[in-house]
Amino acid sequence: MQTPAPVEYAKATSIADAISRLEALGEDSRPVAGGYSLIPMMKLRLARPETVVDLNGIAELRGIRVEGNELVVGAMTTHADVLSSAILFEHYPIFREAEHVIADPIVRMRGTIGGSMCQADPASDLSAVGSALRGTAVIAGSAGTRTVPLREFHDGPYETVIQTGEILTELRYPIRPGAGSAYEKVERRAGDWGVCTSGVFVVVSGGVITECGIGMAAVNADHYCAPEAEALLTGKAPTEENLKAAADAAANEANPNADQRGPVDYKRHLASELTLRALRRAVAASQGA
Amino acid sequence: MTAVEEVPTSAAGNPIGFGRMVRKEDVRFVRGEGNYVDDVNLPGMLHGAILRSPFAHAKINSIDTSAALELPGVVAVVTGKDLEGLGLAWMPTLSYDTQAVLATDKVRFQGQEVAFVIAESRYIARDALELIDVDYDPLPVVADAKKALDPGAPIIRDDKEGKTDNIVYEKWEAGDEAVTDAAFAGADVVVTQEILYPRVHPSPMETCGSVAHMDPVTGKLILWTTTQAPHAHRTVYALVAGLPEHKIQVISPDVGGGFGNKVPIYPGYVLSIVGSIVAKRPVKWMEDRSENLMSTGFARDYHMTTSIASTKEGKILGVKVDVLADHGAFNGVAQPTNYPAGFFSIFSGSYDYPAAYCKVKAVYTNKAPGGVAYACSFRITEAVYAIERIVDCLAQELKMDPAELRLKNLLRPEQFPYKSPTGWEYDSGEYEKTMKVAMEMVGYDELRKEQAEKRAKGEYMGIGISFFTEGVGAGPRKHMDILGLGMADGCDLRVHPTGKAQVRLSVQTQGQGHETTFAQIVSHELGIPPEDIEVIHGDTDNTPFGLGTYGSRSTPVSGAAAALVARKVRDRARIVAAAALECAPDDLEWELGRWFVKGDPERGKTIQEIAMAAHGSLELPEGVEGHLDAQVVYNPPDLTYPYGCYICVVDVDPGTGQVKVRRFVAVDDCGTRINPMIVEGQVHGGLADGVGMALMELIAFDEDGNNLGGSFMDYLLPTSMECPDWELGETVTPSPHHPIGAKGVGESATVGSPAAVVNAVIDAIAPFGVRHADMPLTPANVWRAIQGNPIRTDMAVE
Amino acid sequence: MQVSVNINGVEHSRDVEPRTLLVHFIRDDLQMRGTHWGCDTSNCGACTVWVDGAPVKSCTMLAVQAEGAEVTTVEGLVKDGALDPIQEGFTECHGLQCGYCTPGMMMTGRWLVDQNPNITREEIREGISGNICRCTGYKNILDAIEYARDHANSEVSA
Repeated sequence: MQTPAPVEYAKATSIADAISRLEALGEDSRPVAGGYSLIPMMKLRLARPETVVDLNGIAELRGIRVEGNELVVGAMTTHADVLSSAILFEHYPIFREAEHVIADPIVRMRGTIGGSMCQADPASDLSAVGSALRGTAVIAGSAGTRTVPLREFHDGPYETVIQTGEILTELRYPIRPGAGSAYEKVERRAGDWGVCTSGVFVVVSGGVITECGIGMAAVNADHYCAPEAEALLTGKAPTEENLKAAADAAANEANPNADQRGPVDYKRHLASELTLRALRRAVAASQGA
Repeated sequence: MTAVEEVPTSAAGNPIGFGRMVRKEDVRFVRGEGNYVDDVNLPGMLHGAILRSPFAHAKINSIDTSAALELPGVVAVVTGKDLEGLGLAWMPTLSYDTQAVLATDKVRFQGQEVAFVIAESRYIARDALELIDVDYDPLPVVADAKKALDPGAPIIRDDKEGKTDNIVYEKWEAGDEAVTDAAFAGADVVVTQEILYPRVHPSPMETCGSVAHMDPVTGKLILWTTTQAPHAHRTVYALVAGLPEHKIQVISPDVGGGFGNKVPIYPGYVLSIVGSIVAKRPVKWMEDRSENLMSTGFARDYHMTTSIASTKEGKILGVKVDVLADHGAFNGVAQPTNYPAGFFSIFSGSYDYPAAYCKVKAVYTNKAPGGVAYACSFRITEAVYAIERIVDCLAQELKMDPAELRLKNLLRPEQFPYKSPTGWEYDSGEYEKTMKVAMEMVGYDELRKEQAEKRAKGEYMGIGISFFTEGVGAGPRKHMDILGLGMADGCDLRVHPTGKAQVRLSVQTQGQGHETTFAQIVSHELGIPPEDIEVIHGDTDNTPFGLGTYGSRSTPVSGAAAALVARKVRDRARIVAAAALECAPDDLEWELGRWFVKGDPERGKTIQEIAMAAHGSLELPEGVEGHLDAQVVYNPPDLTYPYGCYICVVDVDPGTGQVKVRRFVAVDDCGTRINPMIVEGQVHGGLADGVGMALMELIAFDEDGNNLGGSFMDYLLPTSMECPDWELGETVTPSPHHPIGAKGVGESATVGSPAAVVNAVIDAIAPFGVRHADMPLTPANVWRAIQGNPIRTDMAVE
Repeated sequence: MQVSVNINGVEHSRDVEPRTLLVHFIRDDLQMRGTHWGCDTSNCGACTVWVDGAPVKSCTMLAVQAEGAEVTTVEGLVKDGALDPIQEGFTECHGLQCGYCTPGMMMTGRWLVDQNPNITREEIREGISGNICRCTGYKNILDAIEYARDHANSEVSA
């Protein structure tokens, strides 16, 4: 079996402790959350931090709550907890639908939402969900906390705006009464990364879409979202024709690469097809709400 | 049904003979007490790791191992140059080619072995790999088999003197070309299809590895290794390394799945031996998953241009196949010597027609060696896939139901033993009966109705049939050998004084349940309860010679050996019983577990009583030495021919190309079923393989020869989510020439099922004008097929 | 680095390199060989153990991360010499062939049944999707876990 290169280990006891350790250790250190991305990369020796700072002992980073008009999810909340959360499901079924198709049930027991966001894999389902919902990242460092819209959180594949000495502490998602949401994913096999995914929310009010968000993963959409498609839909009636036009627009905002999951034409087609399917279901849910 | 149901049961509740019983080996496995190679830890043991080539084709200018040697804990670093000095840089393959143990001149595939580190721990060994500096000059690459023969293609095997092309062999043929051409000339309909069986990999859950312990004092080598063929491996090590064969003990402990992956000898095994000699300490080498996928025996890579000829009524007249076979950088296939394309020539399948012809050309490419593996029955997977796919293409052309077309052409019971147009002699079968059982089970007519209704609504479901015939149990010594070793199997049976027995086999289980099945065979013959029979295998010092477990040969060959050795013991017991009962042996009659006097059933001796008497002071007739132990060597008169009919039902989403396998019905006829539970388990596993190969498993390469299936993130194995609850049926047509009528079943489902899945998917999307797309039918490939532009799957997706 | 872990009710303390994976700590340092491994990418689940009651792929966790934890491995399933219902189920239903994925598969299966004593076949199917078996085609594994579900209910849960 492949094995990691030599590494030092530190277990953080609090957010402040994690920050001070990471700051002191500098850029050769890496925080580890669930570990299902970092540790395999260490085994393959694609990552070789000098020190890993373990965030698993920090209780304050876990949990899901409503705060004012926002859903707040601690960065170290596991996929399994997001999947089974009644609060998240009540407001956004997209969380359950997306989590249901992330990795496998064992990985979901230890893997975390914050870990996924920070890994920033181009196929990250939760990045697509976060961008669709226009959530916010709360990032803590020695100078205090700052918030970054999730649509500005990524600096490209596997890159985020988090600086050395900072950690992601929370993810916040605005509550939108009456919203419908849905997630669609095509994968080659259960547990595989998506070939293409699309997650959306819509609020239908008075016969028109008053607000919407479209997120996509695995097709190199900027910040995992499709703002032009959203603009096309906003203020429009949720007709099949309008949904289709938006889905096609979303496909144009995708910039997929060919790989063993599929050729470019197929992935672009999926961006449209899956966005359309997600929009239909989200509209129906919003209208039924 | 079978005779299985009427046998008496033992005190432990097991059948005395054939029937369902839970497996004896499970006692240790469910406790985590199995003993696999990586569980072997010896005092002072070192760990080996292999540095592998990042390039598919490159000249090696130099290898600098100095930094690695300086790392604390590193004991030695071995390179090809070091091996050259020992005459071990190259080793023979199982098909009379050579393969580099460690590259000397150049590397010929990505992942090829370049250096071997021996260190105090597995972690340090891997650290040291990063410190070895190899200077490569990359060379042009042949990754596409179709370009291997282009003029100007780089010559891969320039190590062979005078080699000026990439041909492994130019032409191997079977059948009568002229007769077949004449049949085609007279046909109403001819359909031709290029069919690729892409490269897949057996990837057992346990990777390959070994622990070598060369005793520096006695000169005895003990090798614990992941092998399906311990005796054959022992002989090859003796030939390769010049080691005396009587001082080599090969132990194959518990093996975590094989599927053909653990038949060849890999450089890593040889290197662990070399390491043990160099370091004078035991050396363990366990490959990681990427090494397993990128360097060990792959399967298939057959490009098959297949043609079928028929009348307009659907009477098949002939079939032709022209194959381009990609063997990778070394010809490392494991198959009988006289069959360079394995048993591919059985491609004429289960149908009655007089004309069949195939020709095969094999080429070298800059890809890992192998080709015969993954439960293929020596390439019958490829043969069945070709014939069953082309029959469906013909059905589509004729606008005929594929079930009707098959029923019209299946061989009839009175034709057996049937001599096929390519020279195989099928032993027995009632094909139509088996097919009808399958159609009944699946509800074929109702499904076709449902399909028509769905199509009218724009929903796409498909029904796919595969009818396969295998020839297994290699094989008769006069036709079949591997590296000159005839394919007969020995078997020893000892019956202890108390009537408990030990049976020693040459074959080696990798999960097939030999410890149970072979106990049942002996039990069936002698009436000793199976719990009183210990099966001993996987240790060359303690078992008789034989060629191992692959090609579904354990039951057809060693199973026959076990039955015959038990009969030999029974005959000997008769003489002892006669002496004890003071009568002539001819006066005795056998019933399960007991000889008794004809006409006086009360007077008799049980096998246990006879065993004690045989070891006691009873006076025996002259010429009878006492004891009951016996040995046999079984040289099969011919292959056995299991067959079956599989029907798969899929639902396809044309908007995304996703395929859902809804149902899978498998009706197998493997002759007598010794333990039906184990038989069904074998079939279940093979059906999952079929779903995997048809829908997701693939090792493709880009033009630079980079392996695109080198981890379980890229080489997708089916999970529980893709596998339906298999629905199994059976018919039983015993083999007329096998002592217990068993035909072997280990590979039937892997051989038969891919075509059923592919036929179902193509059937679903046929309304879009699709006749064929190559495996694997990923969502992308299905969608592209619907667009009329299916993906070429052996190369990188573009 | 010193690490102390309670495995199957027994405290074990060792000095290990921080990079040591939990699976190697169990197999190599403690010589408990029932836990297997099958890949490098956390896909196969052969190495599944419980850490504080939850299943973990032990190839993807450092041993030092298990400091102070309670770990259960396949060797911990037998209680007072008696097989656990999951072990009985795998035996009775022919839920294993080569036995290599079996320890991890049983750890996942038993956990699923503990989580939901009324778990359905389809929920089990989903629950084991992170454990790869190459031999059985999964049907008998589902049967085995259903067997455990049906026979574990009579037990007093811990």
